[in-house]
Amino acid sequence: MSSSSAVDLGSYRDQHFKGSRHEQERKLKMSSTLYVGNLSFFTTEEQLYELFGRTGDLKRIVIGLDKFKKTPCGFCFVEYHTHDDAEMCMRYINGTRLDDRIIRTDWDAGFIEGRQYGRGKTGGQVRDEYRTDYDSGRGGYGKIVQQKNILPSSLPS
Amino acid sequence: MSRRKFDEMSDYDSSRDRKRRRTDAVEIEDRLESLIIRVGEKSTSSLESNLEGLASVLEADINNYKSKILKILSDCAVTMPEKTTIYTTLVGLLNAKNYNFGGEFVDMMAKKLKEALKACMWRTARYVLRFFSDMVNCHVISTNSLLQLLHTLLDTARDDNSPQVRSDAYVYAVLSCLPWVGRELYEKKEQDLERLLKHIEIYIRKRTRKHVPGLRVWRSDRPHPQEEYLDCLWAQICKLRADMWQEKHIARPYVAFDSILCEALQHNIPPLTVPPHHPDNTYTFPWVVFRLFDYTDCPEGPVLPGAHSIERYLIEEHLHNILREHHTERKQCAAVLLDFPLKHKIPLEYMIVEVVLAELFHLPTPKYLEICFGSLLIELCKLQPATMPQVLAQAVELLYDRIDTMNVCCHDRFVSWFSYHLSNFQFKWSWDDWLDAAQLDPMHPRAKFIIEVLQRSMRLSYHQRIAEVVPEQFDCFVPAKPEHIFKYGAETAPEMEGGEVAQRLEACIRAKGNPTEVLQILRELPNPLRDGTEDEPSFNPLQVQIFTQVLLHLGSKSFSHSFAGITKFLKTSQNSCHPQLFEVLVGPNEEAQMVLLREMYEVWAKHQQMLVMLTDKLLRSHIASCATVANWIFSKEMQHDFTRSYIWEILHGTIRKMNKHVARLQKEVNEARERHSGRDSDDSSSDEEDSRPRPTEEEIERMEEKLEAVQADQKNLFLIIFQRFIMILSEHLVRCDTDGRDFNTHWYRWTIGRLQEIFMLHNTQVERYSQTLSTLLFTQDLDPHILDAFNQFVALRS
Repeated sequence: MSSSSAVDLGSYRDQHFKGSRHEQERKLKMSSTLYVGNLSFFTTEEQLYELFGRTGDLKRIVIGLDKFKKTPCGFCFVEYHTHDDAEMCMRYINGTRLDDRIIRTDWDAGFIEGRQYGRGKTGGQVRDEYRTDYDSGRGGYGKIVQQKNILPSSLPS
Repeated sequence: MSRRKFDEMSDYDSSRDRKRRRTDAVEIEDRLESLIIRVGEKSTSSLESNLEGLASVLEADINNYKSKILKILSDCAVTMPEKTTIYTTLVGLLNAKNYNFGGEFVDMMAKKLKEALKACMWRTARYVLRFFSDMVNCHVISTNSLLQLLHTLLDTARDDNSPQVRSDAYVYAVLSCLPWVGRELYEKKEQDLERLLKHIEIYIRKRTRKHVPGLRVWRSDRPHPQEEYLDCLWAQICKLRADMWQEKHIARPYVAFDSILCEALQHNIPPLTVPPHHPDNTYTFPWVVFRLFDYTDCPEGPVLPGAHSIERYLIEEHLHNILREHHTERKQCAAVLLDFPLKHKIPLEYMIVEVVLAELFHLPTPKYLEICFGSLLIELCKLQPATMPQVLAQAVELLYDRIDTMNVCCHDRFVSWFSYHLSNFQFKWSWDDWLDAAQLDPMHPRAKFIIEVLQRSMRLSYHQRIAEVVPEQFDCFVPAKPEHIFKYGAETAPEMEGGEVAQRLEACIRAKGNPTEVLQILRELPNPLRDGTEDEPSFNPLQVQIFTQVLLHLGSKSFSHSFAGITKFLKTSQNSCHPQLFEVLVGPNEEAQMVLLREMYEVWAKHQQMLVMLTDKLLRSHIASCATVANWIFSKEMQHDFTRSYIWEILHGTIRKMNKHVARLQKEVNEARERHSGRDSDDSSSDEEDSRPRPTEEEIERMEEKLEAVQADQKNLFLIIFQRFIMILSEHLVRCDTDGRDFNTHWYRWTIGRLQEIFMLHNTQVERYSQTLSTLLFTQDLDPHILDAFNQFVALRS
């Protein structure tokens, strides 16, 4: 029974990827780009460079933006120069904290213009549309909860 | 049935049979491998019965699978050193049943030893030797032949023509197998054992220790002596000898089988000729054993084995091996560490923390990324939340207490690790315990530690957070708010020379003006270098200043904004019809590059991280050269920040960039040579290789010329850096001498430490230019304090 490795591909596959599933997985396996999720909306580029720079020289960081407001919406792409540096990131940064939040890194097939925008209906990430918890770092309640105005009178304990 | 059909059918059957036999064979081999590899793991049966059972199974298959079994066993012997005694017992049992098998195994291991020594695989050699030693305990090998082998290895110590690190490797290997076989030798061959130890003692006494000061984490031996690794092991063996070679740590399954094993016939190890020293040989760097804790630091419970107890050595070696095996998977690594066998007999968390920190602070450089250790420690805290965080906190307190004499490289790593660790725990810390630091000179190691930790913590969070989390007595340590200063803002510009132009320039670039328009505006500026003669100054510093200020101001919102701003004025395919502004204003002119760097510093002095990022960008875009950056670091303008960590972040980043460039070109040349001389026979995978045309001799020559040019740049960079160090240090020493002051100031300690750091971090590349350095710069007439740093570096390989 083989145990999972820190550098295994995750289960997410980009539905908008132009190409076959096989092609996407091929790209993921040799990628030097990582998707980073569960960031606070307020996490800065500087913080990202400081942390992610510890596993290798960074080529660039692209911060995910709300499609309409063009403000950070809690994710980013981190691009290294080599696949090995990105692997180090999966091994040592995935699952640790940035800005007090546990962040998640996952292999990405490569940044393409347009992918920096949230795909949720209201402009942010899809997960912020449907969630029901209160997250002060990600705009409070999920969008659907906000819109339907079903806010309890106090914050959940 | 016709005869023909019968024949056809039988052919078909036999080929199917052959296939089935082959798959059966592979299955059996796999099963054997699995059984052998897993013996000794957790099981419902006792280890003895597992070994007995496995020995029977293997004995039955010896005739058909002998070479496979030999191979698996010999591999296990070196890849699982913590199971040495399990495998020697197994071999012992097999030898008792099958003398020839035992002989073939011994021969195989002898071959393995010889190959390991030739290939400079010192760890493998050590484990083979250890295995041989333990095989004496299992009656597979005669004591005499082991002693002969040990003496052969020790003879290398007499060879004066080879570096000390070579004989060290052999002596270390011999010493490290004594815990297994010392008792047996003491009982059966006491005189020979004493003779052996005498030889080692003589060697140990005559060794030089020039390398030691540079490898110590702390200059001081208080409270715990920091011993060189061979000295430490020698002391541990001496204590073991004083204890009559009784050690309690190693499990010895062969004891239970003594009656069977002592009936076996023993083999002799085939004589070994030690491969001679070759200049291409690589030897392990020496190291200094990291000692942080002693038994008084641990609470009631299992006692921490003393520094000179052999148990300490054995347990630490095992822990280091776990790190080596599992460091790429931190969750598994933490689990295996915490599941250490015999964990209830030792203060496990303390030993783990000491070993992990030993690796983090290892000199010259740690074996793995620093963040590997940081994330591992966090994982350990997650798995043992009741004990690990406290032990770690205790470790930090001790490190802080002793930080006064800490090596500069290690101080940096401590800062980097601690701020990272705090960022995972909301920066909660008992800052109040350290309030006394606020009274200290800011250059004092403790004060500096806090200053730099707060700086790095700010980078991982933000200014206000850090300002609020520390007590107010630390306000003097809180970093400045990382803002930029723009000389040509609306209020200040009118009074500045060129201020009006600067404002128009800002408006132009904001309105997405192209490089031609930008240059036009800049051309309106007078040139302060013009001295009334016909001579055209080589550049216009006012243009460089204003362009730099405006560009960086416009990009001040974030790194990306700044990078984009710079990239806009570099050569691209889109703007190739326009002048390349950096090329025109600055170009290869070092003075112009210096103006640019100085202006960048004027703008961003309060944002150290931005300075690091911008310098990196300027180097990558070839706007500034590595040599210029080095000269800028040592310039008068940067004296104020000279001992700040970010300066060294910049300089080391610069050196690394240069090193990477050289390495990349070297790789390209090597690959091109290979492709030119014909297909590499291993290279069956490359479809891409086949489609590329073979490089011509001419192309390769051009690549080699390019490589040589960049290597010259690399050499020049190191020469500049070392020369500047020598200049400022000599100046300081002379001035102190003249003034009658003590030279050993904080500044001096930091600076000499930074010089040592260059040698440590880049020792492989500096090694290439060692000769030049000793001829040109680090000559005998140099002040001994400065020369020492060079000599310590040289001693790493001598």
